[in-house]
Amino acid sequence: MLTALLVMSAIALALGAALGYSAIKLKVEGNPLADKIDAILPQTQCGQCGYPGCKPYAAAIAAGEADINRCPPGGEEGIRRLADLLGVEFKPFGGETAGPKARAVAFIDENACIGCTLCIQACPVDAIAGASKQMHTVITQECTGCELCVAPCPVNCISMVPLPQTPQTWKWQYPVYALVPVK
Amino acid sequence: MKTLHHFHGGVHPEQHKLESSALPSVCAPVPQRLILPLQQHLGTRAKAVVRAGDKVLKGQLLARAAGAMSAAIHAPTSGTVLSVDFHALPHPSGLPDLCAIIEADGEDLWAERAPCDFRAADRAELRAKLRDGGIVGLGGATFPAHLKFDCKPAREIRTLVLNGAECEPWITSDDRLMRERAAEIVRGIEILRYLASPGETLVGIEDNKPQAVTAMRQACANTGIEVVAVPTLYPTGGEKQLIKVLTGKEVPSGGYPLHVGVLCSNVATAYAAHRLINCGEPMISRLVTVTGSVRTPQNFEALLGTPIEELVKLAGGALPGSAGYILGGPMMGLHVSNGWLPVVKSTNCVIVKSPQLFPPLPPALPCIRCTRCADACPADLQPQELYWFAKSRNFDKIKNYHLFDCIECGACNYVCPSHIPLVQYFRFAKSELRALEHESAAAALARERYEYRQMRIERDKQEKAEKLAQKEKAALAARQSAPATGVSQDGSAQARIQAALERAREQAAAVKPKNMDSLTSQQQAEIAEIEARRAKARELAQGQASGKTEQATDEHG
Ligand code: SF4
Ligand code: SF4
Ligand code: SF4
Ligand code: SF4
Repeated sequence: MLTALLVMSAIALALGAALGYSAIKLKVEGNPLADKIDAILPQTQCGQCGYPGCKPYAAAIAAGEADINRCPPGGEEGIRRLADLLGVEFKPFGGETAGPKARAVAFIDENACIGCTLCIQACPVDAIAGASKQMHTVITQECTGCELCVAPCPVNCISMVPLPQTPQTWKWQYPVYALVPVK
Repeated sequence: MKTLHHFHGGVHPEQHKLESSALPSVCAPVPQRLILPLQQHLGTRAKAVVRAGDKVLKGQLLARAAGAMSAAIHAPTSGTVLSVDFHALPHPSGLPDLCAIIEADGEDLWAERAPCDFRAADRAELRAKLRDGGIVGLGGATFPAHLKFDCKPAREIRTLVLNGAECEPWITSDDRLMRERAAEIVRGIEILRYLASPGETLVGIEDNKPQAVTAMRQACANTGIEVVAVPTLYPTGGEKQLIKVLTGKEVPSGGYPLHVGVLCSNVATAYAAHRLINCGEPMISRLVTVTGSVRTPQNFEALLGTPIEELVKLAGGALPGSAGYILGGPMMGLHVSNGWLPVVKSTNCVIVKSPQLFPPLPPALPCIRCTRCADACPADLQPQELYWFAKSRNFDKIKNYHLFDCIECGACNYVCPSHIPLVQYFRFAKSELRALEHESAAAALARERYEYRQMRIERDKQEKAEKLAQKEKAALAARQSAPATGVSQDGSAQARIQAALERAREQAAAVKPKNMDSLTSQQQAEIAEIEARRAKARELAQGQASGKTEQATDEHG
């Protein structure tokens, strides 16, 4: 009887120690759920979700403060993946959130630019090159299409240009054909 | 006799080979205008080196390989470059892409050809020649040859497999090539053997081409190359499938033949390598089968860039009631309607369609989960599951079912009793997954740049704050270290005020009023008088109470 008790308490102690040790040793830094959500978000950093960037939005979702259907650049696919990750129902766009737009990049009319650098300050990913009183230009490969540089420009010389489809970026369409109902 | 193996599944579609294989191949005349897409290979588009108006010779470089995964494009005949512009491509998108368009001058004048002795050449040099000669895999994938043979020879390569299976119905271009030019093919195989130094070299040919087998056996006599007749079963011509049949080795999921010590190349590629290295002629033409609903189905040696309509005309023209073309075979080919599409490196066959030969598929019915597709799949997949996930856009799941091992052979389509266009779903899912991958790479870049920017802004802020703190600290230190000079020590603000006053006084002393120089003696006397009066007033003010100061002010006024 006593041996059994001793053995059991010894085991309990050992396991408790192991658990306590691993709780300290294997502690995950940061917010792993927010990071997982951030990995799904498109990183356009446009703020259309009502947060100053994808990461803050991810943190808000992780904290249960924000809905999953607030990110237009992510599209429905993005919502679906968020719903999968969080184990909640898919929720279509609606309410105050507009639907997704075709992917576009910013373009600066270099003849009109006065070099005020306001667009550089607005760009969340440093995709605009220029300097004070110099002509500015967008590095197309780095531009996420967030549109944040369009409004600050005092001479309205920034426009969004949709990316053209090429054979390299073209995608096979979802097959459309008539299914015949079985009688 | 070699022991052969089996791959999983396979189907037996109607052959339709005899229509076009009976006649010898014919050299197609040079067309008026040739359209050469700058991308005729897997990888990045070649970079044009000619401009509109340039005169070019046959075999002259039009576009050079851009980047590692690319191959050069050459002028198939002599003439003038009309433009380098967007033109419709033989691509499922139907979208235009950059093409060099050449107006032939009819003289067909060769540029200088430089054959070389490959045995004297360095392997790397030879591979560069393949790239600059525009040699790509002609079996359909158009994988640049110089990359395929970029391997550690001998150590890695046990077997070099030459693919002459040509398992797709209707197509006979490799068949005719092997029958007519076996010796040249073997000379090309020698080049590939030199590059790969394989332990053994096998040529796999389906047994529905007995003449090709005989011709190749004759040409390969005493060379150590073994020609193997393999049973006719679609898709034996698939790379992984042929390797399985000939060597029994299974290429791992997501892997390359190199992983099991095998290299596989098409016989037409070997022929093109021979033309390039031994004759100095870059890749400018290929054998193309023209068959289906035409008067005389046959093979043509066509220049790249020849519009397919011209070839159809040469084959006696399309029969009445024809509509549209298939580029490639009916199982995997590309259905197009534009006759102005050019022959490209991957074009092995042009089938003229007619409703009699290719009746429209009956409408699709729901999947009954009969698993016939799984029985037929040569990649040993579960097409019915893949279909289910693709249909519901469940892209994460579909990867676990090895979607990317699907070779899009169409065997599942062929057997499906419900006539479901399964391959269309798989292509859709594949391109969605590729796009997702591309997007997440772009997102990773954006995330990095965004975080760096945040970090930079934060750092600038901190640096500014630090600088300020440092300045204050320096001022404090200065005050503490200099008590002997008599500067008051109570509070930095007072000290600064004191210092400022000091500076102002010094400045005032330094500046002399302008009206004081060059005065007359009378003026001097007046000044002296005033100064005396001031001194008196000061004395008075100091002697009396502070209330009397107005007197002094009055005197000033
Ligand atoms: S809406 Fe814009 S900022 Fe918000 S998560 Fe989507 S891409 Fe990021
Ligand atoms: S905001 Fe407009 S004007 Fe100012 S630098 Fe940018 S593009 Fe030029
Ligand atoms: S063959 Fe067609 S019906 Fe049968 S399981 Fe496959 S997809 Fe379904
Ligand atoms: S198309 Fe793909 S899934 Fe269908 S049989 Fe061929 S390899 Fe299998």
